[in-house]
Amino acid sequence: MVTAARALSARFVGFVVGDDFWRGVVSIVVFLVFWEAGSRSHAWFGFSFPWVSQVPAPTAVLQEMFTLVQEPSFWNSALLSTLRVFEGFFAAMVIGIPLGLAMAVSPIFFGITFPVFEVLRPIPPLAWVPASIIFWPTQELSIAFVTFLGAFFTIVINVIGGARAIDVRYFQAARSMGSSTWDIFRRIILPGTLPSIVVGATVGVGITWAVVVAAEMISGGGSAGSMGGAAGGGLGFFIWNSYVGGSYTQIVAGMISIGIAGYVSSALLRKIGNWMTPWLSEN
Amino acid sequence: MTVQPTLSLSPVAQPVRKGGVRINDVVKIYGAQETGILAVDHCTFEVPAGEITVVVGPSGCGKTTLLNALAGFHSITSGSIYLDDEMLCGQGKLKAQPGPDRIVVFQNGALFPWKTNIENITFGPIMQSAMTRAEAYEKARDMMADAGLRGIEHNYPGEISSGVRRRVEIVRALMNNPKILLLDEPYRALDSLTKSVMHEALLEIFYKNRVSIFFITHDLEEAIFLGHRVVIMTTRPCRPKKILDINIPHPRDYSVLTTKRFREFMEETVAAVHEEAIKAFAAGEKER
Repeated sequence: MVTAARALSARFVGFVVGDDFWRGVVSIVVFLVFWEAGSRSHAWFGFSFPWVSQVPAPTAVLQEMFTLVQEPSFWNSALLSTLRVFEGFFAAMVIGIPLGLAMAVSPIFFGITFPVFEVLRPIPPLAWVPASIIFWPTQELSIAFVTFLGAFFTIVINVIGGARAIDVRYFQAARSMGSSTWDIFRRIILPGTLPSIVVGATVGVGITWAVVVAAEMISGGGSAGSMGGAAGGGLGFFIWNSYVGGSYTQIVAGMISIGIAGYVSSALLRKIGNWMTPWLSEN
Repeated sequence: MTVQPTLSLSPVAQPVRKGGVRINDVVKIYGAQETGILAVDHCTFEVPAGEITVVVGPSGCGKTTLLNALAGFHSITSGSIYLDDEMLCGQGKLKAQPGPDRIVVFQNGALFPWKTNIENITFGPIMQSAMTRAEAYEKARDMMADAGLRGIEHNYPGEISSGVRRRVEIVRALMNNPKILLLDEPYRALDSLTKSVMHEALLEIFYKNRVSIFFITHDLEEAIFLGHRVVIMTTRPCRPKKILDINIPHPRDYSVLTTKRFREFMEETVAAVHEEAIKAFAAGEKER
């Protein structure tokens, strides 16, 4: 017991101060040093490095971020984008999971819907932006719709694949032990598909962030964006606005904010996913 | 053609046991009648009630086809299969209805990975509304303790060794009160040492529950050690080649393996099995 506990704590300590941890630290530090040196190459070395000298230095970006986090308008942008991501993602889950399950269990339904699905799937969500601006009554809805598309196809494909990959022996065993069709759906198909749903959701939310930012840029940040400035247009509009205003540090600060938001979303979903599929985490 | 099933009982008077199976002139063709693949060819033999019948044959010989027909997973082309006096499948009803009276323990195991061991074990009785949840859990705990499975009730199947998983699956099967257990090479993936432990454990379970067992394997030693009766199959199409009654008295343990009787049975059968293995090899049947 004691040795097991010791081994466990050793492994934990090993993770925090072990080789992997220090490799990670070194990697990030070296990256930042090169970036800083590249950005300030004109001042430091007397000549400009190609490309990277145009990019604001990390210290400048950090400074910018310190200023930004004190501004309510930045948080408002972040909140707007987050809401759109959540709306689109939530709608994609609510519609995509039942649709995928129905397509997986019913060959007839699959035969009817899959061809249309497969034609629509390769269309990039961003190609939908003009059409959705025309079709949806408000800008907000059209952005949410494009966001929805970003996650929707990934989720549906994962659900179909996951449900189809369930071993036929589980169905046979359940059938032998007296399960009804509904029991089989609830106790075999649903839990059997859950790991794929989690994967689809984790990948899907990442796409959602990519899409929402682009949609905000193209459509002008939604109705709130028309009120001007960085106020309320979402992070995509915030970046675009910074570009128009010529504030390069803000552009990079906005980009990093999106990176962090995407990372947090995926990590959160992975956490929820692990919690919902406890039989996978122990292996 | 319908043949009245004759319930085979041991000559010695003893309580009437259930779970006798009569496989009667069964044919299974995959695909079209004319062009399809003949998997089972006029197969007739009996699985006596309350005994262990082991079917031996090379991989891919069609013995699993027979088990699937018996379990109700696949249809047969002609012939009939009876469980005690009830026709499972036959003329007019080529596919049997799966049911808790015949539970399969699968080759690679089919415990639901998303359910804990005890949830797996209580699945059948709860599905059939044969017991309340509390009753099912109580019985499961008893049976698990009996089978040496105490302490892993709330683990997932993925967290225990494959040998223990197999034992959990057999307990799950027994919870349904089956008339017959259908075991499809359950110990195939296990190493030979684990296998020997599992064999004795299976016999122990059998002595306690006296359920009929239909056991499929390609391991002759396993067959003779476990079986009251060993049915050696020809390779595809599958048909009984040799049926032996293994009159080594039960209860058996591993000391049986070194006895003269056991070696004689091995000698008597090894040639037949080897011959079929060569045929199967020549026919290009690959070990999966």
